[in-house]
Amino acid sequence: MAETHSLQDLQQPTVSSKVYVQRDYSSGTLSKFQTKFPSELESRLDKQQFEETIQTLNNLYAEAEKLGGKSYLEGCLACLTAYTIFLCMETHYEKVLKKIGRYIKDQNEKIYAPRGLLLTDPIERGLRVVEITIFEDRSIGSGR
Amino acid sequence: MMKNCEYQQIDPRALSVLPSSAQNHNEKKVQRPRRKWEVFPGKNRFFCDGRIIVARQSGILPLTLGLIVVTCGLFFAFDCPFLVKHLTVFIPVIGGVLFLFVVLSLLRTSFTDPGILPRATPDEAADIEKQIDTSGSSTYRPPPRTKEILINQQVVKLKYCFTCKTFRPPRTSHCSLCDNCVERFDHHCPWVGNCVGKRNYRFFYSFIISLSFLTSFIFGCVITHITLRTQAGKSIVQAIQESPASVVELVICFFSIWSILGLSGFHTYLIASNLTTNEDIKGSWSSKQGAEDSGNPYTYNSIITNCCATLCGPMSPSLIDRRGFLPDEAIPVVSASEIELPPFTAKNDSHMCTQSTKDVLERVVNSFDSHSLCPPGTPKTSPLSVEVSSATAPSAEASPLAGCSRQQDGQPVAASCPPFSRNSKRDSLHSINPAFRLASPSPSMTRATLILGDVPDLGFIPLP
Repeated sequence: MAETHSLQDLQQPTVSSKVYVQRDYSSGTLSKFQTKFPSELESRLDKQQFEETIQTLNNLYAEAEKLGGKSYLEGCLACLTAYTIFLCMETHYEKVLKKIGRYIKDQNEKIYAPRGLLLTDPIERGLRVVEITIFEDRSIGSGR
Repeated sequence: MMKNCEYQQIDPRALSVLPSSAQNHNEKKVQRPRRKWEVFPGKNRFFCDGRIIVARQSGILPLTLGLIVVTCGLFFAFDCPFLVKHLTVFIPVIGGVLFLFVVLSLLRTSFTDPGILPRATPDEAADIEKQIDTSGSSTYRPPPRTKEILINQQVVKLKYCFTCKTFRPPRTSHCSLCDNCVERFDHHCPWVGNCVGKRNYRFFYSFIISLSFLTSFIFGCVITHITLRTQAGKSIVQAIQESPASVVELVICFFSIWSILGLSGFHTYLIASNLTTNEDIKGSWSSKQGAEDSGNPYTYNSIITNCCATLCGPMSPSLIDRRGFLPDEAIPVVSASEIELPPFTAKNDSHMCTQSTKDVLERVVNSFDSHSLCPPGTPKTSPLSVEVSSATAPSAEASPLAGCSRQQDGQPVAASCPPFSRNSKRDSLHSINPAFRLASPSPSMTRATLILGDVPDLGFIPLP
C-alpha cells in the first residue's frame, strides 16, 4: 500500500501484524491479562520485558479493583450523596486508569517503540485484550 | 492512492485526509466530527450528546415514573394535609425524601451504562477466528464455540458471542433486547427500561429498596389517615368519600408492595450470595451434580463481603466511549509535538489505527467531558416523552404485579435475556459487519487483506 513519504525522519511504518494478549480469568472477573509470551514477538522483545510489563499492568488493575476500606468508603459516600459526588471528583478506578495510561505511554516510549512495537491501552479495547501492534522493521532508523 | 506521495510535514490531520475509497459512504470530512455514540452498534438510545444511555425500547419506564409520581402526588395533596394536622409535620418530609431517593435511583438505573462490552474490532475477531479450529465450509454454520477455563479451581465455560465476536468474560451475557453483551448481567428490566448489570446494579437495588420503603410508608400513612377519619365517628364509606384519592393510593400500593417487597428480598438474597438473576435462573451453581463441588466460584463466602463487594465496590468506568470522537475525525486537541512515536498509516483501516500517545492524551482530555453527567433528575432533553413506544412493548407485563420478579411465568423476556443467541439474531451480524463474514471463514486470511474501512460501527475506542 502506498504511504505518505516525507523528507523527515519520521516515516510512517506499515502495520505488519497485531498480537492480542487475552484476559486471564483464573481468579474470576478481575481484570488480569495472560503473561504467556506470544511467539510472534520472539524476534523483537525479551520474554522478561514482556512479562514485566504485563505483570505491572495486572498489578495496577488489581489496585484499581481492590476491595478495601478506601473503596468502601468511597462507595458509601457516593451512596449518601446520591452519587452526585462523582460530578466533582473522579473515582479511584479512574485515577488508576490514568496511571495505567501513563505507564503504557512510558513503556511505549522506552521499550516498545524502539523495537517497532506499540502497546494499546486495554481500556480502548474494552479491557478485553492488550493489543500489540508489530510494525514492519524496514528502516534503519527504527532500530534505535 | 498515488496522490498521497506528497513530501510534506507529517501532520496527524493528514491521516484523515487520505481518500480511502472504503470510507466514502458519508461525507465525514465536511461534517462536524462525530462522536462514537452516533455509530454505536447496539440497540441503545443516547441523549445529552451521549451522556445518557437508555435501551431502545424504554419499555414501561414512563409508566413506572408515572405511577410513582402520581401516587406520591396524590399522597402529598390529599393525605398529607390531614396527617400534618393530626400527627406530625415529618410525614411529608419523610415522604419527600423517600420520593426523591426513589426517583433519583430510578433515573440513575435507567440512564447508566450497565456495563456494556464494546464489540471486538475486526482484527481481534480475526485473531480469535484463527485460534479456533473451524472445519470451514462456506455454508456450514460453525457450532457454538465454548472455551473452558478454571476459576478458583472450578470449571467455567465461556461462550463465544457471535454478535460481539469475542468470548464472553465470565458472568457476562448478551441481551437480545439491547443487542449488547453486558458484564455481570442480571436481567433486562422493562420497568426501568434498561439492562441491569455490573455498573448499575447498586442503583437498581437502591431503587427497589427505597421503593419498598416508599410504598410501605404511603400505605401505612393512608391506612392511618382513613382510620383517623373513621375514629372521628364516621363510617368507612364516609371517610372514603371525603378522601377518594386515598383509595387510589391504597390500591396501587397494595398491589405494588407484594411484588416490590418480594423483589427486594430476592435481590438481597442474590447479593448476599453473590449471584446474578441470570445465574440463579439457570441454576449455574446449584449442586445438581451431587457430590461434585460446584459452588459459586465468585462468592467470598461471607455475606458481608459479598454485599460490600457488590454494592460498595469500586465503580468501574464505562467501557464504551460514548462521547469520544471517531478516530478518523478526531480533532487533535493536543499538539502534534507530543507524538514521539511514528504516526500510522490510515490505509483502509484508519479507525483501526492503533492509538498514538496523542490519542491517549486526547482521551484524557475527553474524559473530563464525560464526567459532567447531566444531573439525572433533569435531563436536558425529555427522553421520556420522546420514545413512548408503549404500544409495542413486547415484554410488557399484563399486570402491575409482574415487575422484574423471576417468579412470573410466561414472561421470560422480563426475567432474563437469552444468554446465547442461537436464533436468527446471528443473521444480524451480516448486516452489521459486512467486512467479516462468518459464512466464509478463512482463518488464514492475513490482516493486510482484511477490508476494514467500510465498517463504521466497529472499532470504536472505549474511554475510561
